[in-house]
Formats: sequence, structure tokens, C-alpha cells
Amino acid sequence: MSENIVFKTETLEQVNKIIARYPEGKQKSALIPILHIAQKEFGGWLSVPVMDYVASILSIKPIEVYEVASFYTMFNMKPVGKYVLEVCRTGPCMVCGSEKILNHIRTKLNIKDGETTEDGLFTLKPAECLGACGYAPMLQLGKFYHENLTIEKVDEIIDLCRQGAIALD
Amino acid sequence: MSKKLLLKDAHIEGIRYFDVYRKQGGYNAVEKALKMSPDEVLEEVKTSGLRGRGGAGFPTGLKWSFLAKPEGVPRHLVVNADESEPGTFKDRYLMEFIPHLLIEGMIISSYTLGSNLSYIYIRGEYSWIPDILEEAIEEAKKNGFLGKNILGTGFDLEIYVQRGAGAYICGEETALLESLEGKRGNPRIKPPFPAVKGLWGRPTVVNNVESIAAVVPIINLTGAEYAKIGVGRSTGTKLISACGNINKPGVYEIDMTITVEEFIYSDEYCGGIPNGKRLKACIPGGSSVPIVPANLLLKTIAGEPRYMNYESLADGGFATGTMMGSGGFIVLDEDQSVVEHTLTLARFYAHESCGQCTPCREGTGWMYRILKKIYSGKGTMADIDLLWDVQRKIEGNTICPLGDAAAWPVAAAIRHFRDEFEWYVKNPELSQTQNYGLAHYADPIVSTTQN
Ligand SMILES: Cc1cc2nc3c(=O)[nH]c(=O)nc-3n(C[C@H](O)[C@H](O)[C@H](O)COP(=O)(O)O)c2cc1C
Ligand code: SF4
Ligand code: FES
Repeated sequence: MSENIVFKTETLEQVNKIIARYPEGKQKSALIPILHIAQKEFGGWLSVPVMDYVASILSIKPIEVYEVASFYTMFNMKPVGKYVLEVCRTGPCMVCGSEKILNHIRTKLNIKDGETTEDGLFTLKPAECLGACGYAPMLQLGKFYHENLTIEKVDEIIDLCRQGAIALD
Repeated sequence: MSKKLLLKDAHIEGIRYFDVYRKQGGYNAVEKALKMSPDEVLEEVKTSGLRGRGGAGFPTGLKWSFLAKPEGVPRHLVVNADESEPGTFKDRYLMEFIPHLLIEGMIISSYTLGSNLSYIYIRGEYSWIPDILEEAIEEAKKNGFLGKNILGTGFDLEIYVQRGAGAYICGEETALLESLEGKRGNPRIKPPFPAVKGLWGRPTVVNNVESIAAVVPIINLTGAEYAKIGVGRSTGTKLISACGNINKPGVYEIDMTITVEEFIYSDEYCGGIPNGKRLKACIPGGSSVPIVPANLLLKTIAGEPRYMNYESLADGGFATGTMMGSGGFIVLDEDQSVVEHTLTLARFYAHESCGQCTPCREGTGWMYRILKKIYSGKGTMADIDLLWDVQRKIEGNTICPLGDAAAWPVAAAIRHFRDEFEWYVKNPELSQTQNYGLAHYADPIVSTTQN
């Protein structure tokens, strides 16, 4: 299996450009940016073979990659749905009704926090403050924020996902 | 009308792009600064009285003067764009809409500090913003303001954007540097301070996005003129990100002479509380600063109006005052539960503790569990005392200030709203269907100011 884990040529070029941002010998600094790229290219999560591959690119030990990958919440250590709905629920969002949004998604998709729908399309991930407190309630989907949410807006987002008609990056 | 320095051109169509920004006088400050010596620029920043906008309020010029300059060792500027403190979203606004202001500030600051390689460390969730910043960097480079031999002065500078990956603790400057080195975001024990041993062991200055952006108007106006704006040691302007129960949430630039009352109720800023509700409480400087009830927010304990500046917000210390912090202004109306709000903050800190120190790792989880118990109507009076005890044991006993940041909101909530905590205990059923509402701490001047 691990033989298949190789970045596309364009991605490798991008990776090398990132490594060149740091002085000689400091290539480990590229780890987090490259993990972002790897997660995107290899199915939305970081398997052990993927992390080993990243370690080999940076000439560091696999454990150095595992300990970093497991520290940061944006890295998924197990498979997730195609659309990960990350709904902020910290104070300012809570005050503006984030719990209503979360409950609506839980019921509509019939999943609990952290779960993925059976069709593999949606994962619900409650999140902590995403820096959109003035535009609450909000959720993050892929690269983008969806803000000032209402139940209707959430329904619309879910419909667009089902049609494959929403921008993820 | 408040004086605008950072956001003065924010409304101009296309200000995100170099040509438009330049036409408004953008990059004039770089031209001016690069004709001065680095020490002269440093003097201007010192004279300006600028205080760090990331939360701690430490004088920026003084911080820069601590930078070690050992022979032959490169130095670095790292901009802290991790912005993860609940209630805070001002740096995002700056970077998203006026990216060149940050780049311009970084060029001047890097020149002053002697950094030829500077980084912007941005929280990973702001994943569309690096594109905007990188485009601005490209434009600046094409126009000779970045790269080799800038404006023929012999000064070289490269700026790169580094994304984090979801960890509030990486906003703490030494955790940020660890993360930028490709490691877990575990704060370092200080000393040594980053000014001596920072990124890759080299002398490093870490500054907030807004602090670095403020260097541009300081150079344009001169430090002395900048210092005339504001009051006392609160010089210049401050970005406030306002949220919660207000009519007009958003990012505002204030000069620090306006009152809190004006900020909340005037149409120029928050526009009052929706639906004719009354003000209950406010966390004026991001989730880590003490929550204060309305009566202590609008007036100090001496009955003086409270102003939106470092000194006035802190007046009375933690007993009756609060802090300017990062300027994340969270407003709660009479329908909100302070217990529930504090619970979400406790969950946040428990989630974000890096786990290195026992008091923080265990204490944050403990506070969260006790609060959950009280909020769900299962708490006892002894739980309230225990909560107080736990927060006291965290404060001051940890490697980095996240421990304090987790303890203070809980301490302030109990200090000012103990009656509400007790009401949950005494009314296990009622508290599950009804809110405590307002008590003696209601806004004292609401009737005269609210429309
Ligand atoms: C837990 C924690 C989180 C922090 N988060 C941020 C942040 O997101 N942005 C920021 O600029 N400073 C943050 N700080 C403060 C930084 O450690 C540092 O003081 C600041 O970046 C210095 O810049 P300034 O002097 O320009 O404010 C945080 C501090 C702590 C303890
Ligand atoms: S106080 Fe908390 S976040 Fe800071 S180093 Fe200790 S455990 Fe980590
Ligand atoms: S509290 Fe939800 S984005 Fe800040």
C-alpha cells in the first residue's frame, strides 16, 4: 500500500518551494504546511503510511510527524466524511444560537458529534472559537466560513453538498 | 467621530490591491523609514508609546530594544496572526481587507530589527487568508518593496506565510515558535526570552498583527504625533472586535478616549442591545479577561464613567475592574446565563491546554466538569467553593499564562455572579427551564441612553 503514497509531480514542486522558505538545515519547519497538503491529497486524513511518507520527505523520524499530527485539531487521525461541518459553539457563538444550529444538524443528519453519516458524506465536528464571533452562528466547511447562519441557510448548505455544488477550496 | 489610522481606507474599493493601496499613500512610510537609520525608526516607535495589541499591552519599542544582536547571527521578526482568543477577530479583518498595511508594517519593522527573513504565523482555520497575503507579498515584490536591495538601499527582505493547524496555545509566543519549527505547540520555559533565543535559537521579535500595522501610521505621523492621540499610556488607536448581544457586531477602530457606554450604545459603534433588552455583563478584552457586570462596566467603583482604554478598563484591579486584553468585546444581555457562558469558556481552555503542567492540564478539565454539573442542576454549594479553590490553584503555577487565562474568567464569574451560581444549586429544576436574568448588577443607566 505505501508504494502508492507519492505526491503528484505538481504537489512535489509545491512542497519543495515550501521547504525553500527556511534556512539550510531547518526543513523540519515545513512539517505543518506539508501535513496540510498531505491531508488534502490523500483522502482528508493522515494515515500512518502517509505520515511515514512525509517523514521521509523531510528526513525526520516518523515519531516526529506523529507527535505533531496528533497535537493539532485540524489534522484528522481517522477517516472523515467528504463534508466536515465544523460548528463553533464557544461563548459568543453560543449566545447567538449555535446550539440550535448544532441540534438541527444532529437531527437532520441523524449523527452525534464527531460521527459521520452512513453514506460517508457528512461529519459533524463541534469546534471552538474560529475567529468569526461577530458573524455568529457560523460553521467552517473546507477552506471557507459560512457565517450568520440560520436553519434555512444550513439546509441550503447541506443541499448544495449533496449536489456536489459547494466550494471546498 | 473617532480618529482612524488603520482602517481609514478600509471602505475603498480594491484597497486589497497594491495600486489602490499605493494611491492612498501606501508604502510612503517604507520610503520614509528606509531613509532613516534603524535606530531612528526605533526611537519613533518608542516615542509613540505603542503597546502590544496581542493582549499583554507591553510597550513595542521597549520590546524591540531588548533584541540581542550577537555578531553573525541572523535575527527574525515573526508576526503573530494566530488570533484564537474567543471574541477576537480584528487581525482577520486587517489581513483580509488591508493586507498591504501588514506587509508595509513588516518591511519597516524588519528593517528596524535587522531581519532579512520574516514570517507571518496565521491560525490554520483562516485558510483563505494566506492566498490574500501571498498575493500582496508578490505585488510588493514586483514593485520593489520586497526582495533584494529594496528601493536601492541594500536592505533585503523575504516574507513568508506559515499556517498553523488548530491550537489556541500557538498564540503564546514561545509555543508559536515551537510550532514554526515544526513541533508540537508546547510553550518554552522563560528565560531565555525570544529576544535572546527565539526561532531556531536566534534572536526573535514576536508581535501581533495590529501592533505591526500600527508602525505604518507611526512613521507617517511621527511617534510624537501618534502619542498625542488617545490618553495617558493608551496612545494611538485600538481595534475592537465586538460581538454577542449587540445590534452591530463587527470590527471598530477607536481612539481610546470614548466611554464604554458610548461604545455600546452609540450608532457609530455597537448600536445598543437588540430587542430592547438590558445589558447584563461584558467581557471587554477577549475570553481571558475578567467578566464584569453592567454596573461595574459602565462606571468604576468610584462612580466615574469607564473609558475604552488600558487604564480605565483595569481600574479597580480584578476586584471591580477588568482588562483591555486583545479587544475582543463580548456583550451579554439579560437573557444570558453567566454560568453557561463560563462553562463554554472552561471547555475551551480544557480543550486548548497543551498538557505540560499538571495544574493547567488537570485543573482546566476539573473546572469544566464542575461547571457542567452546576449548569445541569446537579451541583452543590460545596461545588461552588471547590470551583473557586481549583481556579486559585492554577493561577501563577504554570509555565505559560494559559493557566491564568483559564482561571480568571471562572474567578470573575464567581466573584460577581455568585448569586446566579447559587440559584442553579437551589433550583435544580427551575434552572433547567428558566434563566436567572438580572439582579443588582443590571445596567444602571440604561433608561437614559437606550433608544
Ligand atoms: C495562551 C495565549 C494565547 C495567545 N494568543 C495570542 C494571539 O492569538 N495573538 C497574539 O498576537 N498574541 C497572543 N498571545 C500573546 C503572545 O504571547 C505575545 O505576547 C504577543 O504576540 C506579543 O505581541 P504584541 O506585543 O504585539 O502584543 C497569547 C498569549 C497566550 C498566553
Ligand atoms: S499553562 Fe497550560 S498551556 Fe501553558 S504550558 Fe502549562 S499546560 Fe501548557
Ligand atoms: S465564538 Fe464562535 S467564532 Fe468565536
